[in-house]
Order: sequence, then C-alpha cells, then structure tokens
Amino acid sequence: MNPMNYVYLSAVLFSIGAAGVLLRRNAIVVFMCVELMLNACNLAFVTFSRMEGNLDGQVIAFFVMVVAAAEVVVGLAIIVTIVRTRRSASVDGANLLKY
Amino acid sequence: MSTYLAAAEPATAEATGVLALGWLLIALPLLGAAVLLLGGRRTDRWGHLFGTAMPALACLIALAQFAALLERDAEERSVGSHLFSWIPVGALEVEVGLLLDPLSMCFVLLVTFVGTLIHVYSIGYMAHDPDRRRFFGYLNLFVAAMLLLVLADSFLVLYVGWEGVGLASYLLIGFWSYNPTYAAAAKKAFVANRVGDFGLSVAVLIMFAQFGGVSFSEVFAGAEGASEGVLTVLGLMLLLAACGKSAQFPLQSWLGDAMAGPTPVSALIHAATMVTAGVYLVVRSAPVFEGAPDAQLVVVIVGAVTLLFGAAIGCAKDDIKKALAASTMSQIGYMMLAAGLGPVGYAFAIFHLLTHGFFKAGLFLGAGSVMHGMGDQVNMRRFGGLSSVMKVTWVTFAFGWLAIIGFPGLSGFWSKDKIIEAAYVGDGWRPWVFGTAALVGAGITAFYMTRLFVMTFHGKRRWTDDVHPHESPLVMTVPLMVLAVGSALLGLALGPTGAIAHWLEPVVGAHGEEEPVIAVTLLTTLTVVLVLAGAALAWLTYERRPVATTAPRGSWLTRAARRDLYQDTVNESLLMHPGAWLTRSLVFFDNRGVDGTVNGLAALLGGTSARLRRLQTGFVRSYALSMFAGAAVVVGAMLLVRL
Repeated sequence: MNPMNYVYLSAVLFSIGAAGVLLRRNAIVVFMCVELMLNACNLAFVTFSRMEGNLDGQVIAFFVMVVAAAEVVVGLAIIVTIVRTRRSASVDGANLLKY
Repeated sequence: MSTYLAAAEPATAEATGVLALGWLLIALPLLGAAVLLLGGRRTDRWGHLFGTAMPALACLIALAQFAALLERDAEERSVGSHLFSWIPVGALEVEVGLLLDPLSMCFVLLVTFVGTLIHVYSIGYMAHDPDRRRFFGYLNLFVAAMLLLVLADSFLVLYVGWEGVGLASYLLIGFWSYNPTYAAAAKKAFVANRVGDFGLSVAVLIMFAQFGGVSFSEVFAGAEGASEGVLTVLGLMLLLAACGKSAQFPLQSWLGDAMAGPTPVSALIHAATMVTAGVYLVVRSAPVFEGAPDAQLVVVIVGAVTLLFGAAIGCAKDDIKKALAASTMSQIGYMMLAAGLGPVGYAFAIFHLLTHGFFKAGLFLGAGSVMHGMGDQVNMRRFGGLSSVMKVTWVTFAFGWLAIIGFPGLSGFWSKDKIIEAAYVGDGWRPWVFGTAALVGAGITAFYMTRLFVMTFHGKRRWTDDVHPHESPLVMTVPLMVLAVGSALLGLALGPTGAIAHWLEPVVGAHGEEEPVIAVTLLTTLTVVLVLAGAALAWLTYERRPVATTAPRGSWLTRAARRDLYQDTVNESLLMHPGAWLTRSLVFFDNRGVDGTVNGLAALLGGTSARLRRLQTGFVRSYALSMFAGAAVVVGAMLLVRL
C-alpha cells in the first residue's frame, strides 16, 4: 500500500481538526479537535519515518504524545474552571480578556 | 601711578586687641536678626529693644576700635583679621577675612551710629505696627550685611555683603507687601539691583581669571601690571555694580519707588548707607580705576548726569519722600563724580558721603516725623505751616536743609564745595563741563530743598480736614536732634581741619595740591551766590505766592521730571517690552514648536494604537484563525522560496 495514502489521511484529519477548532463553540469539542490535529501530525511523522527509513519521526511522535498528555491536563483543568464559573462551555462566551 | 599704589597699600597688620573684634560687629546684628526672625511672637514684647541694642553694642565696639586706630601711626592703621578658609579648592583659595582700615572705619562708624539712631527712632515710628519685631529683624539683617560689605577684605566676601544688603532692602521696601504697589516697588528695586550685581559678579570672575585671586591685596597687586583694556572692562563692570546699588544713571529708576518702604528704611538704607555702597566700591577699587582713565571718565560722566538728573526730578516731585529720594540720587551723583576724579576727589567723595549720611538721614527721619503727625500723608501740597505745631521737627529739619544746600558753615557746605573745587581741577574741557555741572547742581539743590522745606513747614496751612498734626514722641525727636547736631558740626570738624583727608590718606593717597581752573575764593563765592539765588527763588515762589493744593500742569520739563524724566518709559520700551515680547515668542515656540512635535507624535501613536487594539476581540477562535492564517502564510512563503 502506497505510504502517501497515510499522508493524505493525515492531511484530511488535520483539516477536520482545524475546521473544528475554528468553527465549533463547545470548548470540549474544540479541545478534542486540537487533539485530532496533534494526532494527524503524529501520523504524518510516523509515515515519513517509515518512508525515510529512520526513527526520527517515531521519536518525535512520542514527544508529541507526551506534550499532548501534559496539555490535556492543563487544558481540561481550564475548561473545568470555565464551566464552573460561567455555567457554560462556550468558548465565545469567555471573551472578557479584550481591549 | 606706582607712587600712588605704594600709598594705597600700607602693609596690613594682623589685628590685635579690640581691633580683632571686627567679626563681632557683624555677628551682633546678625544674632539680633536671627533671634527676632526665628524667635517668632515670643520676642514681640522685647524684640525692638533687643534689635536696637545689637547695633548700639556694635557702635560701642566701633568707637573703641576707632580710638585704638587713632592711637596708631597713620601707616599702621590697616589691620586685617583672618576668619576662616572658605573655598580651599586646588588653585582656588578663598579666605574670609576682615579688613579694618581708615576707609572701612568711616563706614563702620556711619552705619553703626546712624543705624542705631534710626533703630531708636523706629521704636516710636513703628510703635503701632503689628509687625514691628519683624521690621527690627530685617533692619538688623541689613546692618550685619552692610558691615560685612565694608569690612570684607576680598571682592567675593564683599559680594556676599552686597547681596545681603540687596536682600534686606528688598524685604524692607516690601515690608507692607499687602499693598501690591509696594510689593511691585520691592521687586523693581531687586531687579534693578540684580542688573548691577551682574556687573560685580563679572568683575569678580575677571579678577579670578586675570589676577588669580579676589582679595583686595591680590587684585590691587595684579592691577599694577595689568593691561589698560582689562582694567577698563573691570572698571566698567564695577561701575555697573555701583550704578545698580547707588541708583545712578541709567539704573536709578528704582530709588523713587523704593520710598514705598517705611520711612526709617528710606533714611537708613536708601539715603545714608546702602545706596552709598557704590561709592565705597569705586573708592575701594581705586587702584583698578587709576589704571583705566576711560573707566574713570565714565564714572565722572555718570556722576554728573545723575546729579543733574536727580536735581531736576527733585524740583518737580510733590511727594516729600520722593523729592528726598531724588535729592539722594543727586547727592550720590556728586560722590560718584568726586570718586571718578581720582586721588583729588576720593577723600571728598567719602567726606560728602559721611555728611550726607547725617543730614539726609535727618531729613528723612524729619519727613517721617511729619508723616507721623499728618496721618501718613506725603503730598507736600497738603502740608504747609507745620513750623508752629512741630517745633522740634522744624528746627532739626532746618539744620538738615541748610546742610544739604551748602549753607556756609554747615556740613554740606564743606563737603560739596570741596567736590565742586575738585571737579574744576584738571585741564582741557573736562573741568569746565563737570565743574559747571556740579556748580549748577548746587544751585538746583538749593532750589528744590528750599521748595520742599517751605512747602512743608511754611506758607498757608493746606491740610486736609481730617488731620491733626502733632509733634512726635521723644523717642523719635531725640535721634532727630542728634542728627541735626551732626549735620551742623560734622563738616566743620572734618573739612576745614583737613582731618578727613589726613585720615583717609593711607588708603586713598594724598590728594595733591592742584589748583582748580577758577580761583578757589571765586568758586566758593559763586557757589554761595548760586545757592542763595536758588533758595531765594524757591522762597519767592512757594512762600510768597499761594501753593495750589492740586499740582498745576506745569511746563514740559516739570511734567517730564514728575515722571522721573521718562526713565521708566525708556526702560519699559527698550528693555521690558522687547523682553516680554521675546519671552512670549519663546513661549509660543515652545508650546507650538517643541511641545507640538512631541504631543503630535504621542497623539499619532495613541490614535493608531487605539484603532489597533480593536483587534483584541477576546474571541479565542478569531485568535486561532489568525494563527492558522499566519501559519498558512509562513508555509506558503516557504514553498514559494523553495520554488
């Protein structure tokens, strides 16, 4: 199977994630879309690693997972706090920090 | 010149005994000022007595010192006492020391003696003023500064005293500063004095630069070898200083307004002592002027112009104090004239200064006594016939009047006559011009002083309805009597005996026996005739004929003299208005130009950022969009460059 298909898949997943981040209002969904984008990148890295025949991409994929795990901890904590204070998870509602 | 300098600089011995107490002369009044000004209302009850005791004590010390100096030989009468090192910085060493020699002794005696009398007088004159204690504090401050001025042994220490008397003068002219006119008069005096002080400070700087020191001995030693150009500039700068302090042309306009101060102040500061400081400066700097004939000529011209100027103004003023102020200006013109003549005139300048100190202080205090009785009125057209109600004031004033017009036998006769003689010494056109100016001035002096005397004490009573003239209390009339005795006898004691010339000889040099271009007897006769003519004219005009209670329009000269011969107008149009215009244009440039640029830049930045910050909407998703857009641009750019 042509490895380029994985790259296409990765691009499609990334685009779906990006569209979700830009278009959805629910913080949880936005957050999941960010995860989708990260994992689309991971897929691309692993694919390139396979195509190039070295392990660099796989190592970076592990790094990305670690960073994503840390980001989940912080991000979910923020979302929980927002939900508790504002009684809603809408990202557009939390717009107090502006000019 | 070299022989002259040798005479002018006797070796200064270190002071011993009572002569070493010079610092006490200054410290006592300074202590008085400090106690009275810092002590506040606690000193109200005894402040005036304490303030009078300080100059009185200083006067006693001065008399003791005078006696000690008299015991010495003429060459040893110059004693210095080193006080402390003021500015010991590298090559610049300024020592503070006092120099007591015959010249400064004259001033110390005049300042402390007349000063004490005026303090005593002020006890009565200021009795009803709630601020009497502050008044005495300022007076003491003045006495201390004046003594520092005349006792200093270097130009820089003299400068300190010089500024001190200026400050005291300012404070005292504006003593009743709740009256805006008086406050303005104080400011005017201060500003005019500052112009003069500028001259003195420049002179001190030139001395530093040229002679490497500012003490009298260093400067006079340096002056011997200095070029004439340097000495001329130095002399002109010193003259500028003297003009400011002594109200000489063209800086004389402040003196008339300075009469806003209480009358004792006018007597002490603006007649007897401070305004003569300029004459002191010129006489003290004799070695500088000796090397600069041009500067000397300017001194003489300034003196001659001022003496006629003041005399003309004196003839037109109806305000008794302003008329006396004009007369002061004119008499100091005489002193300046004499001081500019060189060794032939120095001693007579100081002689006239001393006699003038007595009779003019007496005249001012007499005027104060009149004002006291007349409810603070100063308009002579509303006086008249006071001789019957104020006998003591009348008699003492008469002595002052006869002394100032140079009535034969009284003080002014001996001193002014000598100056006229000295002015006629020389060759070429100068003796004729300056001598004649002095001679004519004497006639005009007789006219305006007689006018003042007659308008005040004789003729019909032209009083306003609400005044009840009465003689002043004893505390005021006793100083008047003492000063009257001085006005009568001081000239006789010092002049014809040659005492003053002999006494000052170690400092100013022998005056030589040069004959005036007109025979002395003829000159004396001429002077006396002119004086009698002037007095008679005034008598006929103001005694025989009724005096209008409102001033008639008068000739153009009278109108000009009433306005101080337009000196204020000249100052305003030449200096004040251009200065104000320059200031306004600078303010305009600063506001519109400098501030405009800075403010415009700030407004531009502020406006731009006010629009730009609208981008910060607070919507997370729009931030995310811009991040994506940015990332897309970066990727696009990379692809583009790669291709």
